[in-house]
Amino acid sequence: MPQLNVNGKTLTYEAEADTPLLWVLREQLSLTGTKYGCGVAQCGACTVHIDGAPIRSCVLPAAAVQPGQKITTIEGLSPDGSHALQKAWVALDVPQCGYCQSGMLMAAAALLKDKPKPTDADIDAAITNICRCGTYNRVRAAIKVAAGVETRNAGLDIVHVVRRSA
Amino acid sequence: MNANTRIEAGEVSAATATATAPSLTRREFIGSAAAAGSLVVGFSVPGTAAAQGSGGEINAWVVVQPDEKVIIRIARSEMGQGTLTGLAQLVAEELECDWARVTTEYPTPGQNLARNRVWGNFSTGGSRGIRESQDYVRKGGAAARMMLVAAAADGWKVPASECSAAAGVITHTPSGRRTTYGQVTAAAARMPVPTEVALKNPKDWKVTGKRLARLDTAEKTNGSIVYGADLKLPGLLNAAIKDCPVFGGKVKSFDAAAIASRPGVKKAVRVGDSAVAVVADTWWRAKTALDALPIEWDLGPNAGVQQAQIVATLKGGLDAEQAAVGNANGDAKAVIAKSARKVEAVYAYPFQNHATMEPMNATARWTAERCEVWTPTQNGEAALAATAAASGLPAAKCDVYKLPLGGGFGRRGAVHDWVTQSVLIAKEFPGTPVKLLWSREEDMQHGRYHPITQCKLVAGLDDKGEVTGLHMRISGQSIVAGIFPQNIRDGRDPVVFQGLNNGGGEAMIGYSFPHLLIDHAMRNPHVPPGFWRGVNLNQNAIYLECFVDEIAHATQQDPLALRRKLMANHPKHLAVLNAVAERAGWGKPAPDVGGQKVFRGLAQTHGFGSYVAACAEVSVNRAGELKIHRIVAATDCGHAVNPQQIEAQIEGSFVYGLGAMLFQECTVKDGAIAEKNFDTYPSLLMRHMPKVESIVMPSGGFWGGVGEPTIAVAAPAVMNAIFAATGKRIRELPIKQQSLRA
Repeated sequence: MPQLNVNGKTLTYEAEADTPLLWVLREQLSLTGTKYGCGVAQCGACTVHIDGAPIRSCVLPAAAVQPGQKITTIEGLSPDGSHALQKAWVALDVPQCGYCQSGMLMAAAALLKDKPKPTDADIDAAITNICRCGTYNRVRAAIKVAAGVETRNAGLDIVHVVRRSA
Repeated sequence: MNANTRIEAGEVSAATATATAPSLTRREFIGSAAAAGSLVVGFSVPGTAAAQGSGGEINAWVVVQPDEKVIIRIARSEMGQGTLTGLAQLVAEELECDWARVTTEYPTPGQNLARNRVWGNFSTGGSRGIRESQDYVRKGGAAARMMLVAAAADGWKVPASECSAAAGVITHTPSGRRTTYGQVTAAAARMPVPTEVALKNPKDWKVTGKRLARLDTAEKTNGSIVYGADLKLPGLLNAAIKDCPVFGGKVKSFDAAAIASRPGVKKAVRVGDSAVAVVADTWWRAKTALDALPIEWDLGPNAGVQQAQIVATLKGGLDAEQAAVGNANGDAKAVIAKSARKVEAVYAYPFQNHATMEPMNATARWTAERCEVWTPTQNGEAALAATAAASGLPAAKCDVYKLPLGGGFGRRGAVHDWVTQSVLIAKEFPGTPVKLLWSREEDMQHGRYHPITQCKLVAGLDDKGEVTGLHMRISGQSIVAGIFPQNIRDGRDPVVFQGLNNGGGEAMIGYSFPHLLIDHAMRNPHVPPGFWRGVNLNQNAIYLECFVDEIAHATQQDPLALRRKLMANHPKHLAVLNAVAERAGWGKPAPDVGGQKVFRGLAQTHGFGSYVAACAEVSVNRAGELKIHRIVAATDCGHAVNPQQIEAQIEGSFVYGLGAMLFQECTVKDGAIAEKNFDTYPSLLMRHMPKVESIVMPSGGFWGGVGEPTIAVAAPAVMNAIFAATGKRIRELPIKQQSLRA
């Protein structure tokens, strides 16, 4: 039986050799936090890490993952939601429907590993995931907050003005 | 969502037990789930013996448990728009409970049916979730508070009028005695139901109107939330489906034997007249087997239809004699005919797919006695009706368990085609749950599309350049004719005129013209239309707001000054417009960005009961590349239940509206939709997203929606800014293939 190292555990699975990693994670290993959105590496909902690098698992055959390569999914980003990005996500109320957010978080986590203090241009280049609800500005702000490059308020590209009538 | 409404992947045997074992009390049920070592707790708690009394139900909306936990029942669906949190705030406000102890759960549509629709309408569309139910959910909270207080007073043998409640604690003011909601919950459930319930004055709100965090965020950051696509049940089979690519076509035949020996494949199933599904142990095996399945289609009467024909048909409607009138005063045609000068333009808006990130899906389990469906839906009752119809069982023997939606945008509301399919497939496997999941390609080709329309606008001007009359002729598709044809009267679809109505409070035009005619020549192509987030307000605001800009340019007036003149009788429309103009700095040049000059454009409208406006700042470089730098947006939604969530909806509206404006178009080739995935139907990305500054300015006295209206001002504000930058007027959407330089 083929094996994968996922979130620090070695797991066996049963699937045809061309089965994408996404479907092995979801259907064989019950790791459903990684989402199917397009199947053609366009939307990024299926983003996981292989040895820390972000990949779109919907187009990578599970059998192409090399022995010794370590896969991290959203379930393994932190044991208890304590990753700086997860905390910033909660603090800024980032998700709307939430379906794309696992992929967003994994793409963002890989970015911060690569560039701990990302610029806006870095964020634009690294976060190419599709969100239909429209969380981009909060995603950007939360990445900056997690990176410590901005405070909570200064990090927002969103300015809130509430006016109350007399 | 609390643990009681959550389903964890992998282990739901206990959860399913609740659906079939109503004698389990809530406590026993939770106990059994915990004993099984699972995080799983069930779907259908309301309607069980527990929820009808012993589990702490005070009334349909409020459950108070002895440990002080408060469960607020939510009938509408959460799909990202924040309604779950907002509705809970409204109930909690009147309940006077401790917000920190509030969780929520969905009653099922089957329970609603069994209890004479005690939870009212489940439909979650038209930005109506809060505004349509705010009155009765607040009364539910208030009535529960009165019963809890009455129970405490009864125990103390004092008049209830001497007692008050705050943060879940009841105090007898004269004696200072105190008790808690949890301590009196059982007695409260037996108290008489109050007949007269007074609601708080909004100025006394403590929970409503606050920027409270959503109740459903943490589970969306760690992979633990279970969407419909993630559901697992014991023995679950998986189905992939292909419907005839041409709308109106049918299945002629398929060769099931060709895939029978593939691994995991159980069966190829004809689904209705037009679709074939493959059922297998895993979805990937079902999907790949379906791809390998030889299917012969009868493509039907629409197989030869091309996009150009549809466009030509709509063009014919622009000057047609027959048209249904939406709004009129005076005699616009006559006045325009004899005007000194005319301004004229034709605009066009395409078919678009909702493209929810989570494709359509439903899990169904059918037996001859009962049919259950688990699905993300914007309307549980409509999903139940679809389930009953497909199952051949009465609705009382069916139920639907709502799961979190990975996007809705109108696709998961009015039509439940995927639910029908899932039940038809499950009937082939009695007693076994089968999960149907559409591929993205299926989703793109079998949507319920944003209606395609064109619009011809003609304004008459007098010799001073003042507008004497406006004729706005819309030609094209009617959503209502496609989905609720019984609501078409004398060829008139009232929803077509969204944002253009004279009064009514729902979607009103913000201008007064001396003579006005707005009419619609209905032209319905074979492509099925649907309610697409923002609905008809989207294109109507583009048509009118861009054309008002055209009039301003033609008469050498400032676009804001012209609007102010035409909007003198529409103070609330004008207030949001003035707010964005002021904050953006209209009238003063915008600072350059990266050496590029920055230009502004305005738009305003009223829809879904709210007044909205936007001012966009853009630059266009020599190569014709557009950069949208900043948008200032204002919303007057009457009462603002949670400003933070309203702002999130405003921000999100620009993603949806700008993506539609820039990139998104579904086109018809040989009767089918040509765009099959995000590579040919791109979405707005991070790098396209402008800064958004939102102004939430509730003026009180009414309840407006917030999930949709701002979408309508996104495109016209940017299109008007593009004109200011380039002098080139964009009149066809999407922009993608058009040069922005003349």
